[in-house]
Amino acid sequence: MIQHPLIAALVALVGLAVIFGAVLGFAAIKFRVEGDPIVEQIDKLLPQTQCGQCGYPGCRPYAQAIADGDAINKCPPGGQTTINALAALLDVDAPTLDAEHGQESDIKKVAFIREDECIGCTKCIQACPVDAILGAAKQMHTVIASECTGCDLCVEPCPVDCIDMLPVPQGLADWKWEMPASSAEQVKALRPGNIIATDRGDRAA
Amino acid sequence: MALLKLTSPHAHAAQNTGAVMRLVLLATIPGLLALTVFFGWGSLINILIAGTVAVCCEALVMRLRKRPVMFYLRDCSALVTAVLLGLALPPLAPWWVVVIGTGFAILIAKHLYGGLGYNPFNPAMVGYVVLLISFPVQMTAWATPLPLYPEGLSAPSFWESLQIVFPVLSPGNIDAVTAATPLDTFKHNSSLLVTQLYEKTPLFSQAHWAGLGWEWVNLGFLAGGILLLARRVFTWHAPVAMLSSLALCAALFYDSGSSASHGSPLMHLLSGGTMLGAFFIVTDPVTSATSNRGRLIYGALIGVLIFIIRSWGSYPDAVAFAVLLMNFAAPLIDNYTLPRTYGHTKSRRATKKKE
Amino acid sequence: MRKIWDLVGGVHPPENKHQSVQQPIGRLPLPEKLVIPLNQHIGAPPKLVVNIGDEVLKGQVLAEPNGMVSVGVHAPTSGVISDISDYPIPHPSGMSARCITLIPDNYDRWIEHAGLDDFRACSPAKLLELIREAGIAGLGGAGFPAAVKLSARKPVSTLIINATECEPYITADDMLIRERAEDIVEGIRILAYILGDPEEVLIGIEDNKPEAYEALQPYLADTNIELVEFPTRYPSGGEKQLIQILTGKEVPSGGMPADIGIVCQNIGTTYAIQRAIRHGEPLISRVTTVTGRACTLNRNYQTLIGTPISHLLKHNGYDHHHCARLIMGGPMMGFTLTDMDVPVIKTTNCILAPSKEELPTPPPAQACIRCGMCAEACPASLLPQQLFWYAQSQNYERLEAHNLFDCIECGACSYVCPSNIPLVQYYRAAKGEIRKQAQEKIKSDRARARFEFQQARKAKEEAEKSAKREARKKAAAEARAKSGDPAATTDSQSDIVQAAMARAAEKQASPEAQKAKLERGVARAENHLQTVEQRLLAAEQDGNEQQVEQARAAVADARLRLDDALAKLQALETEGASTENKVMERLQASPNEALQKKIASLRERIAITEQKIAEADDEALETALQNGLDKQIGKLKEAEKQLAETPAGDAVLTPAGTTDAAAAAIAKAQARAAAMGNLSEEDKLRESIMSLEGRIEKAQAKLDEARASESEHVDALQTGLNKLQQKLLDNREKYFALTGQTIGSEEQPQDAASVAIARAQARAVELANMSEQDKLREAVNSLKGRLEKSRQKLRQAEAEGSEHVEALRTASEKLEAKLAAAEQQLAEYNA
Repeated sequence: MIQHPLIAALVALVGLAVIFGAVLGFAAIKFRVEGDPIVEQIDKLLPQTQCGQCGYPGCRPYAQAIADGDAINKCPPGGQTTINALAALLDVDAPTLDAEHGQESDIKKVAFIREDECIGCTKCIQACPVDAILGAAKQMHTVIASECTGCDLCVEPCPVDCIDMLPVPQGLADWKWEMPASSAEQVKALRPGNIIATDRGDRAA
Repeated sequence: MALLKLTSPHAHAAQNTGAVMRLVLLATIPGLLALTVFFGWGSLINILIAGTVAVCCEALVMRLRKRPVMFYLRDCSALVTAVLLGLALPPLAPWWVVVIGTGFAILIAKHLYGGLGYNPFNPAMVGYVVLLISFPVQMTAWATPLPLYPEGLSAPSFWESLQIVFPVLSPGNIDAVTAATPLDTFKHNSSLLVTQLYEKTPLFSQAHWAGLGWEWVNLGFLAGGILLLARRVFTWHAPVAMLSSLALCAALFYDSGSSASHGSPLMHLLSGGTMLGAFFIVTDPVTSATSNRGRLIYGALIGVLIFIIRSWGSYPDAVAFAVLLMNFAAPLIDNYTLPRTYGHTKSRRATKKKE
Repeated sequence: MRKIWDLVGGVHPPENKHQSVQQPIGRLPLPEKLVIPLNQHIGAPPKLVVNIGDEVLKGQVLAEPNGMVSVGVHAPTSGVISDISDYPIPHPSGMSARCITLIPDNYDRWIEHAGLDDFRACSPAKLLELIREAGIAGLGGAGFPAAVKLSARKPVSTLIINATECEPYITADDMLIRERAEDIVEGIRILAYILGDPEEVLIGIEDNKPEAYEALQPYLADTNIELVEFPTRYPSGGEKQLIQILTGKEVPSGGMPADIGIVCQNIGTTYAIQRAIRHGEPLISRVTTVTGRACTLNRNYQTLIGTPISHLLKHNGYDHHHCARLIMGGPMMGFTLTDMDVPVIKTTNCILAPSKEELPTPPPAQACIRCGMCAEACPASLLPQQLFWYAQSQNYERLEAHNLFDCIECGACSYVCPSNIPLVQYYRAAKGEIRKQAQEKIKSDRARARFEFQQARKAKEEAEKSAKREARKKAAAEARAKSGDPAATTDSQSDIVQAAMARAAEKQASPEAQKAKLERGVARAENHLQTVEQRLLAAEQDGNEQQVEQARAAVADARLRLDDALAKLQALETEGASTENKVMERLQASPNEALQKKIASLRERIAITEQKIAEADDEALETALQNGLDKQIGKLKEAEKQLAETPAGDAVLTPAGTTDAAAAAIAKAQARAAAMGNLSEEDKLRESIMSLEGRIEKAQAKLDEARASESEHVDALQTGLNKLQQKLLDNREKYFALTGQTIGSEEQPQDAASVAIARAQARAVELANMSEQDKLREAVNSLKGRLEKSRQKLRQAEAEGSEHVEALRTASEKLEAKLAAAEQQLAEYNA
C-alpha cells in the first residue's frame, strides 16, 4: 500500500507537517522572546498627560484601544509627532490629528490656582490624574508645577473658576537653536531687498 | 542698521559649489582635446548638444517647481552631467541619441529623485545605460581614430561632422567611419596570442601602450583627475581603489598573454572609459559612499565589476554598469563604514542603536 | 623634541591676528555703569548677597557660589548698586537674565585683600577654596568653574596649559603672554602644585605666536614645564583636540579629560588664578580683544567684567554703518549680539565688529552635494553630511547613531561647505531637540508612574471600603439575630435623631442668631455679585465670548441668590415684631425665674459664640461674631442686674406687683423693639461700612499690584474701586443721618476705639465674675452638645457606609470620656 503514489505522497506530507509543526511549536516555546507587548510600546509613545481628550480615561486605556484597532490620531497633546511615532511603530500611514478631539498646541501649559480665591473644595484634587495638586478640605490648594501635565482636567470641576492654564515660561535653560530654513525657503526669500539670514525669519530688531 | 543674528561660523571659505563644478568642467579639457585630436569633432558636438539640452531641461524643471531658475543654473551641475555624458557617447552619434540621453539623465535620473544632492544614481551614467540598452547599434559604433582612416578618405571637417550628426543638414548622406575599439578587439579575439594581436592590429601596432588614440584620451582624463585631486575637489580613495583593483584583476587574468587573455593591466587602464570613470564618474560625491573607508571599498568593487563585465559580459565596456550597480550598494557600504569618531574606541554601525 | 600628533581634519581660515597686536594691552576709562550678570559660568547661579542701594568696594562679593558647581561674582570697582533686574546678557538667544547694575563712584577703592607670598605653605584644598572664592570660571570659552575642574578625582598625570588661541582675530591670550609671562608661569606652578605636581606640565602654543613663545622661554629655564609649539590649524585649541595633539590620547566620548588623567587650563584662567592666589584679587577683569574692520582701532584691553560692549566700541572708533553683525568671540565659534549694551563677562575673549566685506552675509544655502569636504575638515571624524541629512529629516535616532553628541560645534564643516549650508546650526537645533525630547520622556515617564500609582491607590481604597461594608453588614445581621429584636436599635436611633432635630429647631428659634446669619448671607451674596460683575467686566474687555457668557450666567445666579437672601431677611424682621407677644407670655411666670432662665440661656449662647469665634477662620466672620458676643454679654449683665434688683425672697407675688412688673416689662420690650429697629439699621450700616472699608483696602492693593505689573485690568479695577468708595460714602452719610451724628469721620475711630475698650473691660469683669462652677457647667453643656452632634454624625455615617465611621466613632468616644470627667468635676465642686 505504501507503494501507492497517492498514499505515499499523503503519508510523506502529513509526516513532514507533523515534524515541522512539532519543531515550530517547540521553538516557539523554547526561544520565546519576551518583548514588550504592543500596548506597552504604544503607551510609551503617548505623552502621558492623562488628559482624556482621546475619549479614554488616560493614556494607557487609549494605548489598549489603539492596540485593539482604534485610530491613532486622537491625541492632541502629543500632536503630529506622536502620531508619526505611532504610525512608525504600527507601520501604518500617519494621519493628521482628528480635530474632533482638540487642537494641537505648541505652548505647553501648566495649571495655576489663584490661591486667594480657592475655597478648598478638593474637587480639583480628585480630578487630577497625576496627583499634582496639594491641599486639604477648606484649605487652600496648590499645583506642583513640575508634576502638572497640563491636562486641563482640574479646570472644569472648580466651582469658583480659580484655576488658570498658564503657558510654561520659557527661560534661558529651555532656549535652543531653531532649525535653519530649508534651502528652498531661503532661495525663495532671495528677492530684491530681502536679506538672507540663516535663521528662519529671525532677524534681530 | 539692525544687527544680524546669525549662527557661527561667521567666516566661510571662498569655495562654492558652482566653482567646484566649473573646476570639474575645466579638468575635462585635456581628455576632450585628445578625443578631438584622435576622433574628430564628434565629442565636441556631443557636448554642445548635451549641454544645451541639459540647461534647457534644468531650467524647465526649475520653472515647473517654481524656483528661481538662474540661481540653480549657476551651480553648473547640469552642465557637468551633460559634459560627462557627451564625453562618454560615441563621437558622431546621431543628435537624437544625445538629446534622449541627456533629457533622461536630467529629467528622470536627477530631478525626479529630488534634484541635485538627492539622486541615488549618477545621472550621466543612467543616461548612458538607457541609450546603450535602447540603441545598441548607434552606441557601439565608435568613430575610427583619424590616423587609421582608410586611404582616400579624409577626416570629416567640423561642418561635415555636423552633417553626420544632423542628417537633415546634408544633401547627400555622409557616413561616419567606425571601427572596433581596443576592448572590442580583445572581446572578439579567440585565436591569437596577445603579442600576435598587437602586431596584427594597426590599432595596437601604432600605439605606445594601449590602443591608438585611446591611450591619449585616458591620459588626458588622468591629467584632469590629478588636477582635481591637487585642488582637493575629491579625495584619492575611490579612484585609486578602482584603478588598482582593475589593474589587479587584469594582472590576475592576463594569462601571460595567451589567446584567452583579457588584456594587460595597462591596456585596461588606458582604454575605454577607465580614466573618465575613475576621476569623473566614480568620484561623483552624491552617489558614492561617504566615508573614506567606504570609498575605498566602493572604488575597488567598481574596478572588479568593470573587469568582470568587460571580460565576460556581452557589452564591450562596463564603467556605466559597474558604477550604477555600486550606486545601489553605496548606502549599505555607508552603513558598515562609519569612521571612528573621536573619543570612541571603535566605530559602530549606523543602524545600530545606542547601547 | 616632543612628538606631536596630527590634528584630525581642521581648516586654516585667514588668521587676521596682526591687527590687534600692534599695541600693548590698554585700559579704558570707567564706564558710566557696569552690568554684571549673575550667571556667567556653567552651573548653578550664585546667591545674591547685596541689595539695591548698597555701597560696595572693588572686589567685594556681590553674589556667592550656590552649590558645588557655581562661582560668585565680585564688584569690578567701587560704587553703588543701582539695580538688580533682568537685562540682555551675552548669549546666542539674545535673552535677558538677572544682572546687578553698579554705578562706579570713580574712586576705585579696593576692599581689603592680601595674597599669599608662598603658596606652597598652603594646602591644595585651601588654594582651591581661594580660587573658588575668587569667582574664577574658565576664561577660554565655556566658563566651567575652575576650582571644580582642578579638584580632579583621579590622579592627574598631565597638566596642559592651552595657549593655542586657534580662532582667527583673537589675540587676548597672545598679548597676555607677551606682557605677563612671568606671572603666567607662576600661575602654572600654582596649578601644578594644586594637582599634586603632575609628571608632565605642557604649554601648547600654535606656531603663529613666536613673540609669545619667546616671552615664555626665559621663565621656563629651570622648570619642568615644557613649551610645545605645533602647526597652526583650527581647531587645535579645542580642549579635546589639544590633548590629542600633545599626547595622542583621546578623551572618551561623554567623558572629561580628567578621566584620562589630564587637566587643561586656559592661559587667561591661569593668570586669573595667579592674581587670586598671589594678590588676593578676585576675577573682576579680563583681557578682551576688540577687533574687526568696523573699528578703526584694533587692540586688547584689560576690561572690567560688566563693561557694556558699547563702551568698548566707542573707544575704538566703531562705525555702525560698516558693521553687519557684532560677534562676541571669534568668527568660527562666536555668537552674534543683537544688543550693543550687553556687558563683557568672564568668558568674553573678543568683540569682533567685522565690516560687511570682511565677513559678508552668507548667500542662501544650496543643495548638499555630499562632496565630503566637511568630513575632511571634521576634527572629530564625524560625517557632517550624513548628520545634516538626518538633522534635516529629524531622524534623531540616526543622528545619535552617527555620534551627533561628539560634535564640538567648531564650525569647520560649515566653513568649508561649498553649498553654504549652516551645518552647525542644524546640529545645535538637533541637539536641543534631542535633549528636549529626553526631558519630556522623563517627565512623561514620571506622569505615567504617578497616574498608575493613583489608579492603584484608588483601586485599593475601593477594595478596602467594600470589604469593610461587607463586614459591617455581617456584624449587624449577627447582632440582630442575637438580640432577636430588630426594632429596638432602630427605635433608639430614631429617638436620638429626633432629639437632635428638636434641639436644632430650638436653636434656630433664636431670632437674633438667625437674623445675624441671614445678614451675613446677604453681605456674602452682595460680595459674590460684585466679584462676578468684576469678572464679567474683565471678560468683556478681554473679548473672550465664552468667558463673557459664563460670567453673565454667574452674575444672574448671584443676583438670584442675593434676592433670595434679602427676602428671607425681610421675612424674619416682620416675624421679629411678634417677639413682643412672647415677652408677654414669659412675664406670666415669676420675673425672678424668668430672669434666671434668661441669664442661663444668655450664658449658653455666649459660650456658643465664643466657641464659634475660636473656630472661625475668617476675619470678617470673627468680627461679626465678636459684635454679637459683645451684645450678648451686655444683655447678660443687664439681666443679672435686674435679677439682683428683684427681691430674692419674694416668694409670694401680689397680683398688682405682677401686673406692674408686666406692664413695666411690656413697656421695656416695646421700647426695646423700637430701639431694635433703629439699632439694627444702625448696626447694619456700621457693619457694611466696615466691610466696605476692608474691601476698598483690598481693591486698592490689587489695583496697585495691577499697576505695577502693567496689567490690562487696571481700568476695570479702578472703576470697581471708585464704585466701592462711592458706596462707602453713601453708607456713611446714611449712618450719620440715622444716628444723628455730625462728627467728621476723623473723630470716629477714636470713638469706636473707646467703645471697644469699654466693651473689653466689661467682658473682663464678666469673666472674672463667672464662678468656677459656672465655667464647669458651661463646659459640660458644650461637651454635651458636641457629643450629641458627633453621635448624630456617626449615625449618619454608618447609615451611608462612609469610610469615616471609625474616625467618628473614636471621636465620640473621646468626647464621652471628656464629658464624664467634666461632670464628675462639677459634681465634686457642687459637693
